[in-house]
Amino acid sequence: METMTKEKQKVENKKSVKMTGAKAIVECLIAEGVDLLYGYPGGTIMPVYDEFYKYQDKLHHVLTRHEQGAIHAAQGYARVSGKVGVAIATSGPGATNLITGITDAQIDSTPVVCITGQVGSHLLGSDAFQETDIVSISTPVTKWNYQITKASEIPEVLAKAFYIARSGRPGPVLIDVTKDAQFEELDFKYMKCEKIRSYTPIPQMDITQVKAAAELINKAKKPFIIFGQGVVLANAEEELKSLIEKADIPAASTLLGLSALPTEHDFNMGMVGMHGHYAPNVLTNDCDVLIAIGMRFDDRVTGNLETYAKQAKIIHFDIDPSEIDKNVKTDVAVIGTVKETLVALLPLIHSNTNKEWHQKFKDLHEIEHERIIHPQTNPSSDKLTMAEVINLINKETKGDAIIASDVGQNQMFASRYANFNKSRSVVTSGGLGTMGFCLPASIGAKMGAPEREVVAIIGDGGFQMTIQELGTILQTKVPVKIVVLNNDFLGMVRQWQEMFFDKRYASTVMTNPDFIKIVEGYGIEAQRVNKREDLQDAVAKMIASKDSYFLEVIVEKEGNVFPMIPTGATVSDIRLK
Amino acid sequence: MKKTYTISIYTENNIGLLNRIATIFLKRHINIESLTVSSTEIENVSRFIIVSDLSEEKVKKIIGQLEKQVEVIKAYYHTNEQSIYVQTALFKIKSNLLFDERQIQNIIKNSNAQIVTVSPEFFVIEKSGRKEEIETLYDELLPFGIMQFVRSGRISVTKEEMRISELLKKQLN
Repeated sequence: METMTKEKQKVENKKSVKMTGAKAIVECLIAEGVDLLYGYPGGTIMPVYDEFYKYQDKLHHVLTRHEQGAIHAAQGYARVSGKVGVAIATSGPGATNLITGITDAQIDSTPVVCITGQVGSHLLGSDAFQETDIVSISTPVTKWNYQITKASEIPEVLAKAFYIARSGRPGPVLIDVTKDAQFEELDFKYMKCEKIRSYTPIPQMDITQVKAAAELINKAKKPFIIFGQGVVLANAEEELKSLIEKADIPAASTLLGLSALPTEHDFNMGMVGMHGHYAPNVLTNDCDVLIAIGMRFDDRVTGNLETYAKQAKIIHFDIDPSEIDKNVKTDVAVIGTVKETLVALLPLIHSNTNKEWHQKFKDLHEIEHERIIHPQTNPSSDKLTMAEVINLINKETKGDAIIASDVGQNQMFASRYANFNKSRSVVTSGGLGTMGFCLPASIGAKMGAPEREVVAIIGDGGFQMTIQELGTILQTKVPVKIVVLNNDFLGMVRQWQEMFFDKRYASTVMTNPDFIKIVEGYGIEAQRVNKREDLQDAVAKMIASKDSYFLEVIVEKEGNVFPMIPTGATVSDIRLK
Repeated sequence: MKKTYTISIYTENNIGLLNRIATIFLKRHINIESLTVSSTEIENVSRFIIVSDLSEEKVKKIIGQLEKQVEVIKAYYHTNEQSIYVQTALFKIKSNLLFDERQIQNIIKNSNAQIVTVSPEFFVIEKSGRKEEIETLYDELLPFGIMQFVRSGRISVTKEEMRISELLKKQLN
């Protein structure tokens, strides 16, 4: 057997081909199944771009209008497709412009590989033109990074990059390649990376912990599940649903967990957190067993930790051991992929009914419906609300669309009111809260799931942070639907100024340009709506459009997102006004 | 409650890892008291020894963050009682004092320090031991005039077994 392998090895060895580092990079991308990437050319990455020119039939390079657009598009692509997103840029400013997106991908566990050009290795450290130490800069915000200075390193390092980005808890990887390494020749042979001795992507599941979790769940009278993006990343949506249904457990989502369970599912109690739903926030401090699945107890979810679910036994399912006890002390920690651990858990769970407990959620939801949801979706004033816009989008898309959102009020309204039938339908910047994320991310999302409708919900502030990506839409003709909810304010900051700074609206008033003219300048059909009677038709027209479409809705200027847990307050003290 | 912990990190011997490990402390505003990086009993495996004063809760979280790094094989934390540790210091002193000031020879002898070199102008004393022992020696030598003084970071071995080789073998199977 061993000689056979050796023989095989010899044959394989013969297959190595001489080529330049630049060509090798492209060959590596193709070997990893990449057929689409986002980027922006420049001096030190030109050899690779020269190869892109030759490989146009195999590898589609999307020219964004800014490197930040490239990385956010790669993130959007990765979030909806589950594949690794790829962004490429030149050295210096090209590389530093990627940093916000890399940081975003790190905190939201999104698999992306970034390739940056670097000055020639003989120039390293000389403050050469467009030289920057991007390896140092990106270290705290990458899962892994590496600088290639020799062409011979390329196949192994890129194989590692893709393996690390996608395996375990996914994250961003940055590979910096000096220009001389792109020109240099190597004997190219690609082998996928399947193991790194110092790296344990999926820690061993401990069945005793699974049993302990099952025991707590089976005994619980008032169990409550909070699920996060870990469910989506592990493809464990079905297992989550089975658990909820079998043990009759009400469940709520984190921001990034949205769409892992259909919005309309009977046991889906909505979203937890600062602007989440009333019932799941209040009852977090009433449940007897809190089951956290693939989420990380972010401060926007927990509010004050000193008073967070103190009455409950806490079970935490997560792939990342460093998340256990990081913010909330757990009674039972179940390490492993959420898929694997839920599969192990399910047979140990008894069928149960928790009728009274469910009723508590329903009662509180009634209060929220009456005091917030109904008035926001059926406003008495003639001013349009963000909620009614989202509601109409639901009607037109029937909940089948991918909803990309930016950051701020637009994001919270989109998250609270959008209906999701399918998983991987949420593209938003959760942990980092990156304004300007949405437009480029929606481009990536549409390219990652071309068969699905993608609707981008953006505020007038965030839209102008990456507005240049309209050029990418113009050039690629990617049919994303863009909705700008315009209140001429940086709405969320304004809301905080109203509530906590005596309405001193410091630098939140926006004098906005004519968005319609701008968008039309990019050849995109555009419409502005400020009357209720026009809204439904406008939304319908946008969704029916085969091409990209821009809808600006003039919404009430000083609308607020409620409910709200003020910073540092207790989850159950969530405010309805 | 804060305590002195010795954090041992077994890693691949790769460029940039020092930076990556340091940022984990920096991000959490934790001061590093001492840092040593060296080779180990295993080929191509480095060991970082970091001493820091922090609570056990914090040190546990730091270990979690360290182990999460792709090129970190394993990280541990130990209290002073759980490890055997020393630091090394060098004192450069004018040579004439060795003959003019008789107490210096006694101080060297009593402190279990060694003279590593003597030249016409200066001689160098090396002292290995606990930080406090080195500080005592420093205080004793100070009145005579110290030309140069330097102290290394802590190096330590643990009382418990580390089993890094076994771990690496297991990872590769």
